[in-house]
Amino acid sequence: MVWLPGVDEIPVSVALDDGKQIKITVCAVGDMTKEMAKCKEGDLIGLRGPFGTQYEWEKGQKLALLAGGYGSAPMYFVANEAIKDDCKVDVFVGARSKDHLLYLEELGSLEGVTLHVATDDGSEGFKGFNVQQLTELIGEGKKFDQFFACGPEGMLKAVSGLSSEHQIPSQLSLERYMKCGYGLCGNCTVDPLGIRLCIDGPVVHNDVCVKITEFGKYHRDDVGRKVEF
Amino acid sequence: MNLSQTILNVEFSNPTVLASGIWGITASSWRRVAENGAGGVTTKSLWLKAHKGHPNPTVISNEHWTLNAVGLPDAGIEKAREEISDFMKDHPIPLIANIVAGSVEDFVKTAEEVVKLNPDFLEVNISCPNVEDEFGKPFACSELDAARVTKEVKAVSGSIPIFIKLSPQALNIGAVASACAEAGADGFTAINTVGPGMAIDLRSRKPILANKVGGLSGPGLKPISVRCIADVYRATDGKLPIIGTGGVHSGEDALELMLAGASLIGIGTAVSDRGESIFKKVCDEMDAWCEAEGVKEIGEMIGAVEY
Repeated sequence: MVWLPGVDEIPVSVALDDGKQIKITVCAVGDMTKEMAKCKEGDLIGLRGPFGTQYEWEKGQKLALLAGGYGSAPMYFVANEAIKDDCKVDVFVGARSKDHLLYLEELGSLEGVTLHVATDDGSEGFKGFNVQQLTELIGEGKKFDQFFACGPEGMLKAVSGLSSEHQIPSQLSLERYMKCGYGLCGNCTVDPLGIRLCIDGPVVHNDVCVKITEFGKYHRDDVGRKVEF
Repeated sequence: MNLSQTILNVEFSNPTVLASGIWGITASSWRRVAENGAGGVTTKSLWLKAHKGHPNPTVISNEHWTLNAVGLPDAGIEKAREEISDFMKDHPIPLIANIVAGSVEDFVKTAEEVVKLNPDFLEVNISCPNVEDEFGKPFACSELDAARVTKEVKAVSGSIPIFIKLSPQALNIGAVASACAEAGADGFTAINTVGPGMAIDLRSRKPILANKVGGLSGPGLKPISVRCIADVYRATDGKLPIIGTGGVHSGEDALELMLAGASLIGIGTAVSDRGESIFKKVCDEMDAWCEAEGVKEIGEMIGAVEY
């Protein structure tokens, strides 16, 4: 949870933590992130956490990482850590257009990482969705032990489908409205399981995701009202 | 040992209930609480119309206490209708519907709507300490105000028992309870969070909560809840059931509140410390203690403090 005193506190995923520095990536779209964008070096922000679950892998696994939009930030962190465990990592970065692609340079510089790029409008890389690229690779016989995904819910739903179809386990980062971050306020509860995603998420294994009937359909706003995707 | 009780004709398989304000926004969360062994579940406070809570940070916590100013967010009566109707289809455990409003008139309107959904009890939240900027001092701080809300809500609640949620801020919580009892209260929930309190971040020199102040809960609250429950129990001659809430983390905590006079035990903040299985854990601990001490009926403990 990132706090800007006097403004707001929001959940943000970690893009890098090397023991010296913590890196986060935000897009200046809301009141909080616009104020963050105005911060200068030396300004104070507050951090609480980390909360909830994280991606898990075993040494030497073949991983497919799917990053949609700002999902590139945590996927960069995962790639960075997974290669230390001798994993073979394919990262599929997708975005609306070239201008929205993030962390390409950083990901490209990691040894043991193969980078795939897709844009909806074809302004860079494959024209279409990153999940299509992964589907094609699997069709060509490429083997993976796990898929990890972070991005828009439509993309997560597609990864979940692919995961079930090929019986390859996946871990998906589900975004729900989070307030307190440690299981008290209940805002991030999902139907029909009643689990709180700040505790039992945000990273959820696909065998649990497929039981979440609201997955890909709706989420709840700050007062608990259902909002369709 | 059998932990079950029948309270105002409602059967509870054990004394633990999820306290209002924690977790319980949806039917699926109430079911999850039931699966984790709670005897009952309380909804988050239900408003007639949508009510935005406070901005973040809304909660700050350490091992001694939690401060919250979530600010009672709720989508209004339509959502309550949808979620409660859904839950009542299988109704695995008793449901206590907690209602809140800024005026007596709105308490009545909200109660009228919620009663139609047939919850087991209605809990009337006249004691939230973190919406004072919006609504002024809680009704529970005044005998007259508390009794007026009780009388008006009781007039529209039909056969559904009403529990008045009391505030430790009242100068004399026993007197408030007596006034509510005379006005028709069927039971009490004691207590809401204490305070409000404030926590300041040293480096930014700003209050941590966006609302600046918030209600205090957690382990440090227990001695106050025990005293308040005892006051309410004595002021009403032990005739009305009390849902004792405040600082319960273990089975022994729960039994202490029962000795003071509680029949049911609300668990809230401790859900974050001991996890969702806390209800079962607390029951197991109560059971083990009673076994070891030769307590045969859980009812023996209620109000059994010796002064």
